[in-house]
Amino acid sequence: MPDPMNPAASGHHVRLGSNSGQPMTRRDGAAKVTGTATYAADNRPEGLVHAVFAGASIARGRVTFLDVAAARAHPGVIEIMTPDNRPPLHVNPDEKFHAFAWRTEALQDDTVRYAGQPIAVVIADTLEAATEGARLLAPLYASDPARIGFDQGTRYDPPAVGIGAEADFAKGDLAAGLSAAAQVTETRITTPLQYHNAMEPHAIVAEWTEDRLTLDTPNQAIVMSRNAFAQYFDIPAENVTLRSPYLGGGFGSKAIIVGPQLLAILAARMVQRPVKLVLRRDQMFGPVQHRGATQQVVRLGMEATGRLTALDHHATASTSSFDDFIEPAANASHNLYASPSIRTRHTGVRIDTGTPGSMRAPGEASGSAALECAMDEAAEALGLDPLEFRLRNYAETDPASGKRFSAKALRDCYAQAAARFGWADRPLAPGQMRDEDGLLVGWGMGTCLFPAPMFPARARAVLRADGTAVVETAGADMGQGAWTALAQIAADGVGLPIDKVVFHSGSSDQPDGGVAGGSAHTASAGGALHAAGGDAIRQLAEIAAADPDSPLFGTGNTGVTARDGRLYRSDDDSRSDSYSDIMVRAGLTELTGTGSGARDPANEERRAMFSHGAVFAEVKIDPELFQIRVTRMVGAFAAGRIINPHLATSQLTGGMIWGLSFALHEEGVHDLRTGRAMNADLAGYHVPVNADAPSVEAILVDETDPYVNALGIKGVGEIGITGTVGAIANAVWHATGKRVSSFPIHIDALMG
Amino acid sequence: MTLSITLVVNGDRHDVSLQDARPTLLDVLRDRIGLTGTKKGCDRGQCGACTVLVDGRRVNACLSLALTVDGADITTIEGLATGDDLHPVQSAFVACDGFQCGYCTPGQIMSAVGLIAEGDAGTDPERIREGMSGNICRCAAYPGITAAVLDAQARLADSERTNG
Repeated sequence: MPDPMNPAASGHHVRLGSNSGQPMTRRDGAAKVTGTATYAADNRPEGLVHAVFAGASIARGRVTFLDVAAARAHPGVIEIMTPDNRPPLHVNPDEKFHAFAWRTEALQDDTVRYAGQPIAVVIADTLEAATEGARLLAPLYASDPARIGFDQGTRYDPPAVGIGAEADFAKGDLAAGLSAAAQVTETRITTPLQYHNAMEPHAIVAEWTEDRLTLDTPNQAIVMSRNAFAQYFDIPAENVTLRSPYLGGGFGSKAIIVGPQLLAILAARMVQRPVKLVLRRDQMFGPVQHRGATQQVVRLGMEATGRLTALDHHATASTSSFDDFIEPAANASHNLYASPSIRTRHTGVRIDTGTPGSMRAPGEASGSAALECAMDEAAEALGLDPLEFRLRNYAETDPASGKRFSAKALRDCYAQAAARFGWADRPLAPGQMRDEDGLLVGWGMGTCLFPAPMFPARARAVLRADGTAVVETAGADMGQGAWTALAQIAADGVGLPIDKVVFHSGSSDQPDGGVAGGSAHTASAGGALHAAGGDAIRQLAEIAAADPDSPLFGTGNTGVTARDGRLYRSDDDSRSDSYSDIMVRAGLTELTGTGSGARDPANEERRAMFSHGAVFAEVKIDPELFQIRVTRMVGAFAAGRIINPHLATSQLTGGMIWGLSFALHEEGVHDLRTGRAMNADLAGYHVPVNADAPSVEAILVDETDPYVNALGIKGVGEIGITGTVGAIANAVWHATGKRVSSFPIHIDALMG
Repeated sequence: MTLSITLVVNGDRHDVSLQDARPTLLDVLRDRIGLTGTKKGCDRGQCGACTVLVDGRRVNACLSLALTVDGADITTIEGLATGDDLHPVQSAFVACDGFQCGYCTPGQIMSAVGLIAEGDAGTDPERIREGMSGNICRCAAYPGITAAVLDAQARLADSERTNG
C-alpha cells in the first residue's frame, strides 16, 4: 500500500500531524471579532465614489427610455452609464470564453432578459445620491410577457448539466429491473428557486491607475477571475490585482464573474476615480445566480427482500432563457445505493430569471432530497426500517462505475449517528410518538454523499535562514476556515510550528490556489502547500547531505525527516541539523520550494472517491396548527483526514442547517405576471435563525483514505446538506403519515 | 442646508456634517467616520449585521437615520476590546467557533453584549437562541453562537463576583 504520508516517495519524509489534526481556533478569529477583518466594501481608497445600478422591473423586453437628464440633475451625481455611453469591453459579456464564464449583463444593449437585470449605472459622490439618481431614471419599457415557472417555460434536452456533467446516464437494463421488481414506488418532488444570499452582498471596489487595475471583491477563484478580468479589459493578467482576503460567505455565488463587477470597473474607467458598487439585498435576486428549481421523479424497483432492482431518477430543472446551468440533481443517484440498473436523465426549462449556478451542493442537495424521500417511501412499502433498507442496499463498489471506493466508512457513520440519536427505539409506523406537550414527534434519516474532486492549485514555500517560513497560495476563506486549515497544512509541509510560518493567501499576486468550490479547496490548495514545503525541504536535505560540516552529511537513500525546524536522519534520530544552520553554512538567506496539488491519476482511474455520512432528524409538529420544528439533528461523517476538527465540525453543522433551510424555509417566489422576485429580502426569503436550529450535532468518523490524494483529505463543506433534507421530510412523514411532494414543506401540505 | 450632528462613538466625539437627512447611522459610521466593522447585510433591519448599541440598547444601525441619534452614545464592535485584550464575548466567539465567514459577527457580538446586559435570557439556551434570533448567520454558526453567549455570560458573571 502506498504511504500517504510520503507521497513523493523521495526518501525525504515529511511528517504530517504536529499542526494538522489539531482543533485550533481560527487564525483570523481576532480580526473577525474586532471588526478589523477587511471585506471588500470596507475599502475606502482616496477619491472614492459610489455606483448604484438600476435594475429592470420587467422580466423580458427592451428599455425604451431612461430619464438620464433627471438623474444627472440630482446633486452629487457625477455620471450616468447606459448602453449608449458605456466604455468598450474587449470580450462580449455574452461570450462563454472559458468553463466558468457565464453570459452576463454589462449594458451591452437595451434588452431585458430577467427582472432585476442592470439597465443603467449611476455614479455619484455619495451612496445616497447614487441611489436617488438610479430611482430618478424612471425607465420605460417595451415588455413581453414573463415566462416563470415550469408550465410557462420552454423545455429542452440539455447537452450537459452542472458544469460539464453528463445529462443522461444508464447502467444495466432498467425495464428488466422494473419488471423483475416485487414492488415499484414512484416519488415526485419539487424544489424551488433558491438564492444564495451570503450575508455579504456582492461588492467591488475598482480602481484604475493607467492600465493597471486594482480590485477588492470577494472571490472564490482568485487567480482564475484575475485572468478573466484582464481579458475583459484587454490588459496583461499581471496588471490586475484582485484582493479577496475575506469573503462574507460565498456558497458558490462568488466564483464566477458577474455583470455588476464589470459595470463597476467600467464606471471607474469612465469617471477616472475609484468606484465602489455594493449590491442591495434585493439586487441579490437576479444577476448573481441561484439554485434552479427542480421537478424530480424517482422510481425504485425492489425485490421482496428489500434489494433494489432498478433506480430511475429524472430531474427537470430551470435555467435562464439565454444560458445553461441545469441543476444536476439526478446525478445524485449515481454513487450511493447498489442497484443492478440505474438510469438518470435531465430536462431543462428556460424561464425569465437570471442564470442559475453552483449553490452549495449543486445537484447533490436537490437530488439527495428526492432520492432520500424515495428511499423512505420504498422502505415503508416493504415494511422495513429505513436504516435497515439502506443497509440492504449498501454499495460495496461504486454503483455507476463499478470501481472500488477509495475509502467508505459509511457503515460507521450509520452506526454512530443512529446510536447517538437513539434510532433503535423508533416505532416503524408513523404517528406513534407524542411529546409531553402533545406535539406529534417523528424521526427520519437520510444518507449523505459528496464527491471528492480536486482543482489545479499551486503554492510557494520560502524557508528563511532565521528559522521561519513564508508560505503562499491564493486561497479563499469564505468561512470554511482556509486561513487556518491551509496554514496548518503549510506548517506541516515545511516542518515548522505554525507560529513560525507566515501564511499569505487571498490575493492574485500569489500562486494560483484554485477554486474554493466542490468542497475541494483544502485538498487542492492544501496539497499544493504541502508539496511546496516538501520541495523546499528536499532541497534543504540535499544541501545538508552534501555538507561535510552537517551531522547529516552523506545522508543518502536513508532520507531525512523534517520536524520543528530541524532535519533528522530517518534511521537515526540523534543526528540532526537545524534549517538555520544548514542555510547559514550554505550562505543562503532564503530557499524556495514550489508545489502543486494533485492526485495520482492511476488512483483516479481505479477508485471512486466520496465523502459519506448519515443524518438523523427529529421533528415536532403541532397536531392542530401543523407548525413544524426540527428539534434535534445528529449527523456522522467520514471524510478522510480531518485537518481541523473544530472547524470541520462547524462546516458540517452549518451544512446540516442548510439542509434544514432547504427542507423548511427557503423559497424564491417570482410573480408569474411580472417575473419579479416577490420576496427579495431577508424577511420574505426565509433562512433559519438561531431559534430554528436548537440542537445540531456532527460526529467526525475516523477514516483513512490512502488513495484520494497525498494527504488523504476529502471535503466537508457541502455534504451536510445532502441527506439532511430527506431526513427532515421523512421525519415529517413519521410524525404525521403525510408524504411531502414539495420543498420547503409548508404547513398547508400537512393539513387535511 | 447642512445638518450638523454629534455622535459619541466608542467614547470618541465625532462632529458630522450631513448635506441632507438621508444618511443612516450605519452609512455614517462606515462612510463618514470610517468605522467599517459594522456591516451592511440587508439595509432594512432584517438581518442584524449592523447591530450597534445606542445608549446601551441594541439597535439596527441601518434603520436609524443618523439625525435621529444626534448626541447619542454609540458602541460599535471596534469599541469592545481593550487594546489587544478581547472583550469576554469576543473571546467566547473565537473559542466556541461562533462564526465562519465573519460578516454577521460584529452584529452578533453586539447583540450578545446587549442581550447579556438586558439580563432577561438567563442561562436558558432556548431563551438565548430566541434573543439572538434577530441576527441571521447564513453560515449557520448558531450552535457556536449560543455556546459563546452562554460561555461569555458565565465568564462575565464570574468576573463580577470576583470584582464585586
